[in-house]
Amino acid sequence: MRLPDVFTGAIRCFCATLFTLTFVTSPQLSKALTPEAAKAIAVGENDDRLAALAKAIAAPSDGLVRLIDALLDDAVKVAEGRVYIVRDGKAIDAATGAETTLPPNAEDVVNNNRVRGELDTARAAFSLLSEDRNTRAKAITELKDEANEAKLPIIDRAIAKESDAELKSRLQQLRAAMLVASSDKAKRLEAVAALASSGEPSVKSLLQERLQPTGESDPEVRAALANAIKAIDAKLVRGERLGVIFSGASLGSILLLVALGLAITYGLMGVINMAHGELMMIGAYTTYVVQNLFRQHLPSGFDYYILAAIPVAFTVSALVGAVLERTVIRWLYGRPLETLLATWGISLVLIQSVRTLFGAQNVPVENPAFLSGGVAIMSNLTLPYNRIAIIFFAFFVLLLVYLLINKTRLGLFVRGVTQNRSMASCMGVNTARIDTYAFALGAGIAGLAGCALSQVGNVGPDLGQSYIVDSFLVVVLGGVGQLAGTVYAALGLGVLNKLLEGWTGAVLAKIAVLAFIVVFIQRRPQGIFALKGRSAD
Amino acid sequence: MTINTSSTLSQTRSLLSPMVRWGLLLSLAFLFGVIPFLPDFYVTLIGKIMCFAICALAMDLIWGYTGILSLGHGLFFALGGYAMGMYLMRQIGRDGVYKSDLPDFMVFLDWKELPWHWTGSEHFLWALLLMVAAPGVLAFVFGYFAFRSRIKGVYFSIITQALTFAAMLLFFRNETGFGGNNGFTDFKRIVDIPIATPSMRISLCILSGLVLIAFYLIARYLVQSKYGRVLQAIRDAESRVLFTGYNTLWYKLSIWTISAMMCGVAGALYVPQVGIINPSEMSPAASIEIAIWAAVGGRATLIGPILGAFFVNGAKSWFTVAFPEFWLYFLGALFILVTLFLPQGIIGLIRKRSPKSAPNIEGNAPTPPAAAAAANANQHAQGSQA
Repeated sequence: MRLPDVFTGAIRCFCATLFTLTFVTSPQLSKALTPEAAKAIAVGENDDRLAALAKAIAAPSDGLVRLIDALLDDAVKVAEGRVYIVRDGKAIDAATGAETTLPPNAEDVVNNNRVRGELDTARAAFSLLSEDRNTRAKAITELKDEANEAKLPIIDRAIAKESDAELKSRLQQLRAAMLVASSDKAKRLEAVAALASSGEPSVKSLLQERLQPTGESDPEVRAALANAIKAIDAKLVRGERLGVIFSGASLGSILLLVALGLAITYGLMGVINMAHGELMMIGAYTTYVVQNLFRQHLPSGFDYYILAAIPVAFTVSALVGAVLERTVIRWLYGRPLETLLATWGISLVLIQSVRTLFGAQNVPVENPAFLSGGVAIMSNLTLPYNRIAIIFFAFFVLLLVYLLINKTRLGLFVRGVTQNRSMASCMGVNTARIDTYAFALGAGIAGLAGCALSQVGNVGPDLGQSYIVDSFLVVVLGGVGQLAGTVYAALGLGVLNKLLEGWTGAVLAKIAVLAFIVVFIQRRPQGIFALKGRSAD
Repeated sequence: MTINTSSTLSQTRSLLSPMVRWGLLLSLAFLFGVIPFLPDFYVTLIGKIMCFAICALAMDLIWGYTGILSLGHGLFFALGGYAMGMYLMRQIGRDGVYKSDLPDFMVFLDWKELPWHWTGSEHFLWALLLMVAAPGVLAFVFGYFAFRSRIKGVYFSIITQALTFAAMLLFFRNETGFGGNNGFTDFKRIVDIPIATPSMRISLCILSGLVLIAFYLIARYLVQSKYGRVLQAIRDAESRVLFTGYNTLWYKLSIWTISAMMCGVAGALYVPQVGIINPSEMSPAASIEIAIWAAVGGRATLIGPILGAFFVNGAKSWFTVAFPEFWLYFLGALFILVTLFLPQGIIGLIRKRSPKSAPNIEGNAPTPPAAAAAANANQHAQGSQA
């Protein structure tokens, strides 16, 4: 369907000064836009206008850029064969840029979507010559899907002018994509060779399209195309593998954060804390509350709420943990199965309390600006910042826990009480207080895990439930009372899970991992790092 | 696991002591004299709870008497339920929504024929076999490997929890051939008799009651035998039992498998009464609730877990109607308070109150009449409050 390109409309007259919004002011764009060319682009049948546009792009000028911008903003009017740009009630002549008076019978120029698309591409082509690096980078991305030979001159010019190495190589690829359909065989071969070094799925599909019977006919070029596709495939596979390893490391670091707290409460204290997941949930909800406080009272510093949330989440969870230890768990030491049931009861109460306070729905926790987005390593591999941050955070927490347990007085007491409670007590250690501290520490680390989880997943009342089985398996696999075992088990399980996931799908992967653990425990009932010597029960 | 068992070596009681005889008589009188005259809702509720009571009894054998806490008994319950569910699905015949020989969900998935594991599911006898064989074989294989490598205590609990979790994920998948998320429902008849009639409901409820009584007697026989003594010895000091020359593997494995099969039967009785089975029965939470029934009633007593199942589930059906948001608070508090203050459960409380039987804290004494009476009172209390 073809719309009438020009609509009628009566407009009042205004005197005006020039206002141009374009930021492309290259000295190279000197050749002026002729009034005829301007008229050809603005008036007539769509096909003719597009042809005129393609012709004009070959010789870009300031005037053309201005005209295209104005066309995209619907600010162009035509009267008696002359083209005017009207902005803020002031009219200028589109060809010369001189201020002028708009004739009373001027008509609006209307562009349909097809024309608009072409104008956008043309605009992007001009942006290639911008001074601003980001603008150029964006333009290259926009042009990638619109590669055709018509824009070759402007790309050539951009390549000549480009100083940034990365952008230059991308431009050359773009050029190759345009040339791959060229009529000159040598040019095509050269283009295919240039494209082979790319790792983009879109380039691969472009090359595959050329391999269709309707595309390339020359056998030599066809062979080159096939080779190029193989090279790209190899790159894509490498990207995928790295992606699997990264997501495995990401899952592993989350499991590590979750399991670290358990390694203290279960590994060192022998308490099966089924409410550990709910302590994480408390950490996540604390993050949510801190986020809301920042949004309300300190909107300018909103991005830094996460920095405030980390200590707060730790403190809140640690306090809840200390209360639980003093009121419930204290009475159950040495009865692990009953601790398990009591803490399960605690978890039910905590879940229901959160439902009562915050509702049963998930609550939204936003990433701060510096954690959203990601870094693109390869065309098909983008590492999200929040996941990278969590990996570092997990190891940071691990380091702190290691130092706390091995280098501080509190850690010394905790180890002492773990190894020989009555002897530690005889030496003057207040064992009851140490128990509370240790449990609060484990709970606080759960809170940190919850804070981290709030950045990558949903925050809801049953957040903890989905991690509890996994994290207990980590502790069991790693061996009781072994920080190092916990680290290896968490990362190992994370990567194994993701590897299997790529191969068999998520659910079967989980089942396979569980089966693996059951078999593994057969061989090493005490975990990876078993305590040496006789430790009969 | 420290339960006071000072008197386990007291005089051996006969299987049918006078108290048990009276209790049996009263329970049978309740089943045949009261159940047929109760409203539908209560018939289904009591039938359902009696299935749960079988689970609690099975849990008691493995946890209360052998000291092995299973957090995966929901899996065996669900397997029994699915075995019966397959048969019930086949009994629908061509009365489903799609008027096909295949169960509706298979038509929906565009399957052309029954998968291999549905072979024989149209025979009632096969369903009866499967409901004990499926949980039994799984428990045997899993238990063999677990007990052989001396996995015990908390480790075992966590691995069983992982097992039921994995099974739940597996059954959630449509490809597994068990109806995915929705499981089996919409049953029409059982052994060619319509299922949704009051008389069928009453029959199933009475049948559950009879099975519960039978299992109680079997369990009583087991724990009173020499075999039962060894189980309790394993619970209290496994190393000593080993050093005395017993191979504890076979004791643990056999009671574990028996317990799983009992749960399977309970599941098979449960499904036709509630009319649905889906993977949520395998969730870790469902399994851990079985443990709390046993703990509330009193571990290492056989009647306790049955009482516990009636008490907790009665409370659940009352709470979820009257105060739905407080049910989890109540259940959570129950977990905490029972482990803190009532390690012997309700039975321990009753014994403490009546000094006559106080010195005899033996595992298998108290009275089924108490069970029936308490259950009865419980139901009536519910009725008046709901």
